[in-house]
Amino acid sequence: MSEQKERALQNSQDTRAQALAKLLLRPARGSLLQAILLPVLAVFTALVIGALVIVFTDLQVLNLYKDFFSAPGKALAASWKAIASAYSALFKGSIGNPAEFAKAFSVLRETGDTAPLRQAFWPISESLVTSVPYIFAGLAVALGFQCGLFNIGAEGQIFIGALASVYVGYSIKGLPQYIHLPLAFFAGAAAAGLWAAVAGLLKAKTGAHEVINTIMMNYIAFLLSDWLLNGPMKRPGWSPISPAIQDSAWLPKFFPDPLRFHAGFFVALGIAAVVYWLLFKTTIGFEIRSVGANPDAARYAGISVTRNFILAMFLSGALAGMAGANEVLGVNHQLASAFSSGYGFDSIALALLGKSHPVGVVLAALLFGTLRSGATRMQSLAGVPIDIISILQALVIIFIAAPAIIRWLYRLRLEREVGETVFTRGWGQ
Amino acid sequence: MAVAAQNAELIIARRRHIGTGVFFLLVALLILAFFVRTTAPDLTTTFGLNPARLTTALRLPDLVLPSLPSLWFLTVVCAFLGGWQLAKGFRSTGWALGVVAFAFVAAFLIWAARGKSMNLVGMLSSSVLRAIPIALGAFCGILCERAAVINIAIEGMMLTGAFMAAWIGSITHSLWIGLLAAMLSSMFLAAILAVLSIKFKVDQIVSGTVINIFATGLTSYLSAKFLQVYQNLNNPDIFKPIPLPVLSRIPILGPVFFEHNVIVYITFLLLILIHVMLFYTRWGLRTRAVGEHPKAADTLGVNVFRTRYINVIMGGLVAGIGGAFFTIGSVGRFDEVMTAGKGFIGLAAMIFGKWTPFGAFGSSLIFGFADSLQTKLQILQVPIPSEFLLMAPYLVTMIVLAGVIGRAVPPAADGQPYEKQ
Repeated sequence: MSEQKERALQNSQDTRAQALAKLLLRPARGSLLQAILLPVLAVFTALVIGALVIVFTDLQVLNLYKDFFSAPGKALAASWKAIASAYSALFKGSIGNPAEFAKAFSVLRETGDTAPLRQAFWPISESLVTSVPYIFAGLAVALGFQCGLFNIGAEGQIFIGALASVYVGYSIKGLPQYIHLPLAFFAGAAAAGLWAAVAGLLKAKTGAHEVINTIMMNYIAFLLSDWLLNGPMKRPGWSPISPAIQDSAWLPKFFPDPLRFHAGFFVALGIAAVVYWLLFKTTIGFEIRSVGANPDAARYAGISVTRNFILAMFLSGALAGMAGANEVLGVNHQLASAFSSGYGFDSIALALLGKSHPVGVVLAALLFGTLRSGATRMQSLAGVPIDIISILQALVIIFIAAPAIIRWLYRLRLEREVGETVFTRGWGQ
Repeated sequence: MAVAAQNAELIIARRRHIGTGVFFLLVALLILAFFVRTTAPDLTTTFGLNPARLTTALRLPDLVLPSLPSLWFLTVVCAFLGGWQLAKGFRSTGWALGVVAFAFVAAFLIWAARGKSMNLVGMLSSSVLRAIPIALGAFCGILCERAAVINIAIEGMMLTGAFMAAWIGSITHSLWIGLLAAMLSSMFLAAILAVLSIKFKVDQIVSGTVINIFATGLTSYLSAKFLQVYQNLNNPDIFKPIPLPVLSRIPILGPVFFEHNVIVYITFLLLILIHVMLFYTRWGLRTRAVGEHPKAADTLGVNVFRTRYINVIMGGLVAGIGGAFFTIGSVGRFDEVMTAGKGFIGLAAMIFGKWTPFGAFGSSLIFGFADSLQTKLQILQVPIPSEFLLMAPYLVTMIVLAGVIGRAVPPAADGQPYEKQ
């Protein structure tokens, strides 16, 4: 290749690198309205469609629709009642019942008894407790997205994190809490991080797509935990449960039972802040985002794509591992097989909803935690199966991922987003 | 630069060449260390060559092997192939790899059943049954990805197909209408996938994930709301096994392949049909062109969008049949999330089979074999946890994808939305 040509190539790639830098450093203030409006409309639309699903799977209501033309009022009223009872149960189950709050406060004033108050605060405590693993797992997927990696393996990484952390939690005895708790927590993070880094390594070294690898590693993680909990890590007895962790590894709780709210919530917020700082205020974060925006340009700018793939996968896995550690140290204090029940998969929706930004992820996690814990109550009170949550989540992702649908539905004229991340570049390339 | 690239490729090829040889030797060592060492010299292994059920096939005597000499023989075979590969090198390692893999599996079986007897034909026959949904999932993947649309929603499509087959099959008391419902519902999901990824140009992995979440949610929701409440909605008939005349009388092959129900035979037909269509018809040529170089195909007058829509929706049809197999093809009822990752394994089988129908079918058989092997080993009380055997297909997929043994090259434009200029 002639020298001239080489220089021309270098120039063109220099400008590409500059353009990349500009893109990454550009403050995204102009689209703040859009950044808020779109998710809000997406969630709203999903709730509306969810309402339709609730109505049209309710046999009593459907029967009324048979004579819709003779008595339309009856059918509509019944539909409204079905929706209202479902969504009000969702609200009461996730935030709390206003009437109960008022009553509890008056009891407190008259007798000084805090039991009713604790009962009244129970739903919101549960919502926050459920949000915590979502924050961690959502950050995990979001950090992967920032590097152009689709970590679909958060679920398996949660298992690995939980296994490591429960092991440190029950096997080491006699440590003071200020050593044992962080040790157990970060053991979970480190184990899951290394687990996930394998997928990053494979992608960087061989080009094997991380989606397939993390899916495969999910199954391997489930089987591994099945084996461990049925064998080496099983407590005496019949059921596949690990021994209980030492008291010194518990994340501190603030209130007496039944409130399960624990310090994990603040840890999660702290970690979210750290992730924000790491991604947007450090060179490491800049490199990760550069690789995510355009690996070729990043490589030309002297950034090691290999190292960043591995690093980002490690960090992503570590965050997912924290979700597992949190469940073990803060909520269950032991590990039963199949405990995670979908946090990892939901976190994909969550990261998309939060636009892969730590602040967005925290907000989306609060929403998902609220929805999920409310849905449990909705199932018992209004007879709406909890799986409605998955339907809502799927709808939310569709609307976020294909904003054209929302734009069209609400006749919005929003600017198209620049630099949307491309995750899929084929399987093996 | 071109020279450097060529050099790099040569180095990679040589490294792979040595790697394969070392791998063969390792297998030999593995057989030696784990199987030969733990086998007493006077044991025999008995393999049953007739299915346990009533069969039309000709009966064969049981195969009785002396355990230890057989294991030694297999060790020597693997070691010889490894040495040859390192010293001289095979021009194509494919068949050598096949022999080594076969030797390892044979050694494992001989070791596991030493001093006992194992019904080999029965196990192979159940391997085929377990391979069917995986193969249909893989075919769905091939149809989509040959036209450059990544489909990770196979799992969701199959789950929906399984649900609809059970539900509609119960209501209508007709297996065929149930099968049709499975195909239509899965095609509907495929159409959504197609619109999202082709028209809205949503990231194809995101849209696939969405459909998986949606399908899991909707089927579990409807199942909790209706199927679990009204048991008669979840009580479809099952396709009965039909021995194929003549073919089913062949010993071993007959009971393994030709004494199953109609969905299994549909799978065989699809295997041949997709192979012929993909490689010997105009449609196949166009599909592959769209998958490799859509712009060139477009320039030559192929309608890229239409080809992709048609292929993805046809893929949905195939996945629907795979879904129906779970309910009206085997157990006769729908359970929540009953596909249990078979769709993803189908995807792995597609990659393992290098995007060809026969390759994918072969890998599905391997995955099905691993699956049925672990149940068999539990019965034989082999001291290896069944979980590790179940991990094998996933590990193998990762190894294959990493290019340690051979290289899986996807269609060039796979996963990229097409923008008409």
